[in-house]
Amino acid sequence: MPLHIIVCVKQVLDPETPASALRIDPQLRRMVAPANVPPVVNGFDENAVEAALRIKDARPGDVKITVLSCGKSFAMEVIKKPLSMGCDELVLLQDNAFDNLDAFATAHVLAAAIKKLGAFDIVLCGRQASDWDQAQVPQGLAQLLGLPGVTIAKKVEVTDKKVRVERVVPGGREVVEASLPALITVTNELGQPRYPNLRGIMAATRKQPVVWKAGDLGLDPALLQPAVELQELFIPVQEKNVEIIEGEDDADKGRKLALKLREAKLI
Amino acid sequence: MSSTSGVLVVGETQNGRLAPVTAELLGLARSLARGLQEQVAVVLGAEKLSPEAAADAIAYGAETVYTVEHALMEQSPVEAMLAVVERVVREKTPTVVLVGKTLAGSDLGPGLAFRLGVGLAQDCIEVTLDSKEKGLVAVRPVYGGVAMARVALKRMPYVATVRPKAFDPPQRDTSRKGEVVALNPSLDASVARVRVLERASEESAGVRLEDARVVVGGGRGLGGPEPFQMLEELAKLLGGAVGASRAVCDAGWVPYHYQIGLTGKTIAPDLYITVAISGASQHMAGCSGARNIVAINKDRDSNIFKEARFGVVADWKKALPAFAETVKELVKSG
Ligand SMILES: Cc1cc2nc3c(=O)[nH]c(=O)nc-3n(C[C@H](O)[C@H](O)[C@H](O)COP(=O)(O)OP(=O)(O)OC[C@H]3O[C@@H](n4cnc5c(N)ncnc54)[C@H](O)[C@@H]3O)c2cc1C
Ligand SMILES: Nc1ncnc2c1ncn2[C@@H]1O[C@H](COP(=O)(O)O)[C@@H](O)[C@H]1O
Repeated sequence: MPLHIIVCVKQVLDPETPASALRIDPQLRRMVAPANVPPVVNGFDENAVEAALRIKDARPGDVKITVLSCGKSFAMEVIKKPLSMGCDELVLLQDNAFDNLDAFATAHVLAAAIKKLGAFDIVLCGRQASDWDQAQVPQGLAQLLGLPGVTIAKKVEVTDKKVRVERVVPGGREVVEASLPALITVTNELGQPRYPNLRGIMAATRKQPVVWKAGDLGLDPALLQPAVELQELFIPVQEKNVEIIEGEDDADKGRKLALKLREAKLI
Repeated sequence: MSSTSGVLVVGETQNGRLAPVTAELLGLARSLARGLQEQVAVVLGAEKLSPEAAADAIAYGAETVYTVEHALMEQSPVEAMLAVVERVVREKTPTVVLVGKTLAGSDLGPGLAFRLGVGLAQDCIEVTLDSKEKGLVAVRPVYGGVAMARVALKRMPYVATVRPKAFDPPQRDTSRKGEVVALNPSLDASVARVRVLERASEESAGVRLEDARVVVGGGRGLGGPEPFQMLEELAKLLGGAVGASRAVCDAGWVPYHYQIGLTGKTIAPDLYITVAISGASQHMAGCSGARNIVAINKDRDSNIFKEARFGVVADWKKALPAFAETVKELVKSG
C-alpha cells in the first residue's frame, strides 16, 4: 500500500486584493472582491500541498495524494492547481448547504469525507484560511477523527510509521514526533510552493474531480448548523490623523522627524 | 445537569512566573465574573510549578488556582493540558472558559471546544457577556484584519481564545486571598501521542520583540538584508528591538522570529518606527497595540500613513541615515 496523504485546501478570496477594493456583502455577511479578481487556493494550503509533494518526491512511486475541498462552488482552474502541481486526485465536497460554513460544520463535513475515503496515513492542512482566519478546522478534524495533531510545521518527514515535524515556535524551533495516522498543519516557513509545470498542467486538465454532495456523506443536518453565530461583519473606522513632517529634502525630513519625536517625548 | 458557574482561565507560565497573557486574561475574567456575580478560577499545568506562579495568579485576581504537576506537561504539553482542562471543565462546569491565543492556546482552544461539542470564538479582541442566557459576544479580526466580525456563542460553556495584548493586565494586588488546589489527575501515557524531541532557542540576545518599548521595523522597500544593520543600531540606541514584515522574512533577509503580524509576533510598544513597510492589514494585525506608529515610506498612498501618528514621505536611503544621526545626537545630549 502506498502512503496515502490527504490535503485539505480551501478556495478563498485573494488576500492580495487591496483592502480598498473589498466590500462587505451585508446579506451574505462576507467580504467580496471585484468580479475581475479571481479567487485563489489559500496560501498556507499551497504550502501543505508542497509538503505532501516533498514527501512524494522522497518516496517515488510510493505516495498517493488526495486533495479535498469543501464549498458551494469552485473556480475549476483555481481548485485544480494542486493537481497541476503534482497531486493525484481531487475530491470536491460541493453542495449549496456547504456555503460559508463555520469551522465547526466544515470540520464535520471534511471528517465525514475523510472517513468515506477509507485508509489514510497523513492529513495535511494549512495553518489557517486567510478569509476567516479561524485556525480551527484542522484541530477540529484531529478531534473528530481521533488523530494526533501537530500545528505550524516548517518541515515534515515520514519515517516508517512515524512523522517527525519541525515546528515554528516563538523564539526558536521545536521538533516533535507523532505516530501515524496524524494531522499536520503547514506554514509558509516551509518554503515556496512549486510552480506547476506544463506536464502537470496537461495532466490536471485531463483529470476530473470526484464530486460528493451532502447526501453522499450521510451527514446529520444538525451538524451543519453554525456553532458560532455571525452577528455582524464591519470595517473598523480609522480615526488616526497622520502628521506628515515636511523638510527641504528627504534627509532634512529625517532630521525633523527625530526632533519631532523628541518634542513628543517618544525618544 | 449541574449548574454552571464561574469563569475559568487556562493559564500559562513563563520562566516560572505567570505569563503576561494570563494576567491579561484574569483582568478580563474578573470583569466578566463581576457581571455574573461569580468567581474566577485559573488552571496551571507544568512538569514543576513554582509557588510564585500560583501567587501571581491570585494577585491578578484568581479566587481559585488549580495546579497540575506532571511529567507529560513537558513531553506533550498541549495534549496533557487539554486532557486536564477538559476534566476540570466537565467537573466544575464554568460558564466561560478563556484561553490565550498563544502557540499552545491556538491548539488547546479549538481542541477543547470540539471535545465539548461547542463553538469557539477565536482570537478575540473584545469579549462581553450581558447575562448567562444571552450568550457571549465577541469581536474578532477577520480577512487578515481588513474587517471585524461580531460573533455570538449560545451554548455553554462559552469558550474564547483572546489575542495577547488586547487587554491590559489588572493591577497586581498581593493582598488578595485565594485558594490553591493541587489536582492529581491520573494522566496515562496514551494521551500523549505527540512527543517533543527537541527544543532550541534561536532568539538573539537583547530586548525581546514582544516586550520592547521601542520597535524598529523594516519592510520589503529596504531592498535587501544590509539596511537591517542600520535598523539594529537605531534599535540599540533606543533600547528597543528590530522586527520585520513577512515579505522580508520570506525573502530570507532576517530570520522568521523577526516577523510582526497576524502570523508573526504581536507587539505593543510605545513607539513603533516602520521603514519601507506598506502597512498591509496582516502586518498591522500584529501592532494594533502600538501607541505611536511612525512611518518612513516614499509612497504617500501607502496604508501605513493611515495608521501612523507621524510620517515622512521620503526615500529611506536619504531619510533614515539623517534620522538615525539626529536620534544619536539627541540621545547623547540626554
Ligand atoms: C494569510 C496571510 C498572513 C500574513 N501574515 C503576515 C504577517 O504576519 N506579517 C506581515 O508583515 N505580513 C503578513 N502577510 C503579508 C502581507 O499581506 C504583506 O504582503 C506584507 O506585510 C508586505 O510587506 P512589506 O510592507 O514589507 O512589503 P510591500 O507591501 O511590498 O511594501 C513595501 C513598501 O516599501 C515602500 N518603499 C519601497 N522603496 C522605498 C524607498 N526607497 N524608500 C521608502 N519606502 C520605500 C513602498 O512604498 C511600500 O509601501 C500575510 C499575508 C497573508 C495572506
Ligand atoms: N472548506 C474547506 N475545504 C477544505 N479545507 C478546508 C476548508 N476550510 C478549512 N480547511 C482547511 O483547514 C485549514 C484551516 O482553516 P480555518 O480553520 O478555516 O482557518 C485550511 O488551511 C485548510 O487546510
